Amino acid sequence: MAELAVDGLSVALGGRAVVREASWRLVGGELVALLGANGAGKTTALRAVLGLTPRVGGVVRIERDDPARMPPSTRARRIAYLPQIRPLAWPVRVRDVVALGRFAHGATLSRLNGADAEAVAQAVQACDLQSLLERSCSTLSGGELARVHVARALAAEAPLLLADEPTAALDPLHQFQVMQLLRAGADAGRGVLVVMHDAALAARTADRLLWMADGRIVADGPPEATLTAARLAEVYGVRAVVRRSERNWLVSVTGAAPDPRKAESRPETAAPAAVDPGGPA
Amino acid sequence: MRNDALLIGLLAAAGVAAAAAACLLGSTPLGAGRVLSALVGAASPGDVIVVWEIRLPRALAAFATGAALGVSGAALQGLLRNPLAEPGVLGVSASATLAATFVIYYGLIEVGAFALPVAAISGALAATALLTVAAVRVGSVLTLILVGIGLSSLAGAVMALLMNLAPNPFSLADMLNWTLGSVANRSFDDLLLAFPFLATGFGLLLTARRGLSALTLGEEAAAGVGVDLGRARRLVVVGAGLVTGAAVSIAGAIGFVGIVAPHLVRPLVDHDPARTLVPAALLAGVILVLADIGVRLAPTDAELRLGVVAALIGAPVFIWIAARRRVNGG
Repeated sequence: MAELAVDGLSVALGGRAVVREASWRLVGGELVALLGANGAGKTTALRAVLGLTPRVGGVVRIERDDPARMPPSTRARRIAYLPQIRPLAWPVRVRDVVALGRFAHGATLSRLNGADAEAVAQAVQACDLQSLLERSCSTLSGGELARVHVARALAAEAPLLLADEPTAALDPLHQFQVMQLLRAGADAGRGVLVVMHDAALAARTADRLLWMADGRIVADGPPEATLTAARLAEVYGVRAVVRRSERNWLVSVTGAAPDPRKAESRPETAAPAAVDPGGPA
Repeated sequence: MRNDALLIGLLAAAGVAAAAAACLLGSTPLGAGRVLSALVGAASPGDVIVVWEIRLPRALAAFATGAALGVSGAALQGLLRNPLAEPGVLGVSASATLAATFVIYYGLIEVGAFALPVAAISGALAATALLTVAAVRVGSVLTLILVGIGLSSLAGAVMALLMNLAPNPFSLADMLNWTLGSVANRSFDDLLLAFPFLATGFGLLLTARRGLSALTLGEEAAAGVGVDLGRARRLVVVGAGLVTGAAVSIAGAIGFVGIVAPHLVRPLVDHDPARTLVPAALLAGVILVLADIGVRLAPTDAELRLGVVAALIGAPVFIWIAARRRVNGG
């Protein structure tokens, strides 16, 4: 079973510490949601894990190897990365975008070999894209395009997947669909880490929630242990009501939380956030 | 895939047909029979000279120049993810022309026949390298194109300075030729000199093509699927520099073919940048051969320059593409 181990990861951008001593595990078969306010360092942490951004400190390992030291195609075969969705440069066909997921396997878009074609077909099936295959991506709705990108990430057949806000700008139904696809990917044995903002949706679909504030992982554990009103205040600076019944969560934001750091001039000098040691995981 | 082979076959056939037309047509029209016998060397010495030393090398020069500009335009567009990227627009051709002019101005051309292509290629490589450094830094393709336009203007200004200081009318006329762009009076030797650079650059660009497909997703996602971005950039920069420099050493500055040909080809290859390269090269070659036939047949006192005609056709297309672009794309 693939395992990503991140220990004490620190990243500085332009001299400012963006990720501070972040540590977590991601193992095959689990879906982990990474939650945190804008600018908390989530995207930077993912990029640093992959080696796309240099690290200041820390150790990252997939089994024994550091992804930053792997050749790009080797890395992409072991850990897939779905960055925040950007507009495509050209109005290419859906089929070709999904096939790009096979890039690291040496696939050429218009000539897929057996294994590549099989992986693409499976991803297309999983994401229900059969009817869209020949369409140009420029004609798709946001929800359809998100599914195309998820299919691309699944087609890579990497045992680990990092997805950065795949549900951004989607309506509730399409957010739910994308999360179901990632959930299915995890149930099929992948380790999936997904950055998102909807805590209730995360709690409903993910096995674990990873909470990030000011570059630190402030909590890591199952929803029932880590999703609290206090946590939302700490991580997002909001006052919220949290209700739970079985697997369903209701998170209602009622306003801004009183900021404990307001009196301080710099976040660096603020009292260290209370760190949850990880709940009863 | 079969469609691609068909498209490439058709364009190659069009290239042969255009070259044949270039041999047939001219101030003294030759019939097909005379051209054919001249090609095999069985015609009168006059016919053989017209075909082998004037029309055929000129047609091939036009084709090679077009192919070079078409492929480097397509590759730069793929790398920079913008249909307006092109050696002419980005100042690569102007820099190559400037370097070539410099060689002519200082008489370095006497050093050896290779001085001209080497100078043109150095100028082109310097410009593409500078653009790539800028591309990595600024992040915005629109800004990058503006940098290219600035580079083009700068090269043009230095060029004007060189012309201003030209020691005699002959060097002035030489320089003017490079800036206007023409394939008149090119010999097989000129082509042979440029060929190794063309072939190498073409090879490098073809090596980069899978990465160009992936760059459709944007740099971040391309890195995610396993593209070595640094390698892709180096391949395109060096490849486009070699090919554009070689084209300038053959024909001087000819703009806009590198925009028009890829733009026409793209819908036929599902907009995949990788599959655009070869058809764009062939189509740009055909366009320049045809434009050059037009130049030769135009009933003007002074012969029109190919570069002038190419710009007259290409610049409006550039404006049209630019005006139609979605705001969020650049």
